[in-house]
Amino acid sequence: MTRKRRRLYIVVAAMTVLGLAAGLVLMSFEDSLVFFHSPSDLVEKPVPEGRTFRLGGLVEEGSFKKSGVEITFRVTDLAESVDVQFRGLVPDLFREGQGVVAEGQMNENGIFVASNVLAKHDENYMPPEVAESLKKAGNWKPKEDKQ
Amino acid sequence: MIGEIGHFGLILALVVAVLQGTLPMIGASKGNVALMRFASSASLVQFLAVSISFIALTIAYVGSDFSIVNVAQNSHSLKPMLYKISGVWGNHEGSLLLWAWILALFGFAVAAFGRNLPDGLKARVLSVQGMIGIGFLLFILFTSNPFERIDPAPFDGRGLNPLLQDPGLAFHPPFLYLGYVGLSVTFSFAIAALIEGKVDPAWARWVRPWTLAAWGFLTLGIALGSWWAYYELGWGGWWFWDPVENASFMPWLVSTALLHSAIVVEKRDALKNWTILLAIIAFSLSLLGTFLVRSGVLNSVHAFASDPARGVFILGFLVLVIGGSLILYAVRAPTMKGGGLFAPISREGALILNNLLLSTAAATVLLGTLYPLFLDALSGAKVSVGPPYFNATFLPLIIPLIIALAFGPFLAWKRADLKGVFSRLKLAIVSVCVIVGVSWWVTDDGPILAFVGMGLFAWLVTAVFVELADRIKLFRTSLRQSLKRFLNLPRSAYGMSIAHLGVAMVILGVTASEAWQSERLDVMQPGETVVVGGYDFQFEGAERLEGPNYGILRGSFNVKRNDSLVADLRPEQRVYESPPMETTEAAIWPMLSADLYVVIGEEDGKGGYATRIYHKPFISWIWIGAIVMFIGGGFSLSDRRFRIGAASARKKQTQKTAEAAGA
Repeated sequence: MTRKRRRLYIVVAAMTVLGLAAGLVLMSFEDSLVFFHSPSDLVEKPVPEGRTFRLGGLVEEGSFKKSGVEITFRVTDLAESVDVQFRGLVPDLFREGQGVVAEGQMNENGIFVASNVLAKHDENYMPPEVAESLKKAGNWKPKEDKQ
Repeated sequence: MIGEIGHFGLILALVVAVLQGTLPMIGASKGNVALMRFASSASLVQFLAVSISFIALTIAYVGSDFSIVNVAQNSHSLKPMLYKISGVWGNHEGSLLLWAWILALFGFAVAAFGRNLPDGLKARVLSVQGMIGIGFLLFILFTSNPFERIDPAPFDGRGLNPLLQDPGLAFHPPFLYLGYVGLSVTFSFAIAALIEGKVDPAWARWVRPWTLAAWGFLTLGIALGSWWAYYELGWGGWWFWDPVENASFMPWLVSTALLHSAIVVEKRDALKNWTILLAIIAFSLSLLGTFLVRSGVLNSVHAFASDPARGVFILGFLVLVIGGSLILYAVRAPTMKGGGLFAPISREGALILNNLLLSTAAATVLLGTLYPLFLDALSGAKVSVGPPYFNATFLPLIIPLIIALAFGPFLAWKRADLKGVFSRLKLAIVSVCVIVGVSWWVTDDGPILAFVGMGLFAWLVTAVFVELADRIKLFRTSLRQSLKRFLNLPRSAYGMSIAHLGVAMVILGVTASEAWQSERLDVMQPGETVVVGGYDFQFEGAERLEGPNYGILRGSFNVKRNDSLVADLRPEQRVYESPPMETTEAAIWPMLSADLYVVIGEEDGKGGYATRIYHKPFISWIWIGAIVMFIGGGFSLSDRRFRIGAASARKKQTQKTAEAAGA
């Protein structure tokens, strides 16, 4: 086999694998991108039932209720707010007035059913999407400490 | 005082790095031996200077010197000693200092162990190490100085994030960095080779041990990180395809590819350009990974806004290193001639397939990780790319890789006979059928992918043993003879078999724990029992206690199987005061067949407690497998042909010719 021949084989193999990968990427991107929305976004442009997205904002003061392993609370960006239901243990660092990001879907009653409430690793950490959405709603008070 | 000594050490290191980055390079191009030899002493001095600085920061942490901002923000006088020390690298500034220290350590190691390297190559390698050092030291000194003072000093520190106060995480960053930074040596060798315009088997033999070491540490570092996430976060998961995890996984994938392509350079003098490119990419991804994690670029594009100097510096440095090395590659690579010819079905062909699949997998992970950044920059939409994407793109690339992995070691160099290999793998096909059958019979149910995974596990394990048996002529000669052959195998042969077995173990752990885990979420009253995965978990009650720097809610569970006691599990919820924070301490009973995992939540006001109980079959094999892979790497590393001072006559010969050519 000549050098040229070998190069051709390698190029063909590489193209096949890359083509396959590109196909896989395109196919899976469609359903696996999870968008982030704030409560105000939801009022402006409601997300259809059954579509998974992330909801972020602050846990509204006085809205947290717990019965057994069923948790309900409201997520607010201080302009609008959304009811959230979650079945599970209360995540570490989950507090009223603190930032929160939940992943889940809207149900038929307009309640956000979270499959996952993303815990944070640090009490100073404010999810950047939440900070931004609060800023947009005009309610952002920057903290003095960074990271 | 100690802070100033540390600061001075950094400045000294920077000055030395500048000299190390320039003089030997000039010496190598002019053929000035004195300038070339300067590289070794410079790397020693640089190592000492950064060590002074690192030790100074450690002393500041151990002695709780809160007049240093970094210590005040990340330590606390009441913290246990282990975490005072690990606090040194548990923050942005300190972790960069650790990076620079390990970089200097590797530079020094190349100088010390590379006595048989030709002067020219050694000078250039160390010079490139010096240049990388310049970048990091400048970054530390100008944007992230760990020795900044605060006046007046606070009475006590703010404390290290309690989640990081954990042995698993104390050692995770050092190992990960040994891996990341180890790849810098491979990178420097690649750049030096590009400048010299010469890559030969001797080059590959010098590079391979460093790649092996870096790969081994990276494997261990990633495993420690995922183990920490598993037991400390209390979510029961061990891998979330989170950007931070991906940041360490991409260099791993590429360095695995590099490890294999360097074999082809060494044995067959082929795939040179590709190997150089992989070396560049592997280190670029480590840099990208370090910065993505440390700068918070990914969780937050706003990290740029909060400290513009840092972000701009990072971007500039990445562009310089990646762009510069790729331009050099584009200019010099075409001048390097490829070596031996081979047929598509051959050991070389198999290794190329390995490389193609691994690097494509790394590319899909990279795309998924950076996509949210692109989209945000382009349209302002906030998205996250979750596990479904990674599972859908990664698995179809990795499954063929594992299938092919079984064939690889059987194939001869240059041209191989696939039919013959198939006939030798008959046993593997039988064992796939048996394992898939057994797992179907035992579990009765499960996703298709689960049986694919079990099949892959059986396939790989059998292939490894068949190959080993083949090599030692088991049953084809006397048992004594076989044993002798086994003991005389080169260490790298053990290394390969062991590492591949490790891969099989990881596959077993991932498959079984993902497919057949059981989970229950309940409110339990004291005395109540639930059954999970065939085990009876009896909740005995919960009590409140005081820990050294936290309050505890501790639950107590009796776990029985067939009425005999298996384990007594005590999950905790801890409330720390400084910084104020809660953590979940899952109680885990690890067994080879499964882990029992219990988490306790708050009281519900009626005497019941929220509990979450998991039964995770074979999950510990994920980490056992990673350790086995690390051990395999160690065996390969200790192979005679890499050993220092054990240079064979042939090696000396190549060295002489290399010297002649390098001068």
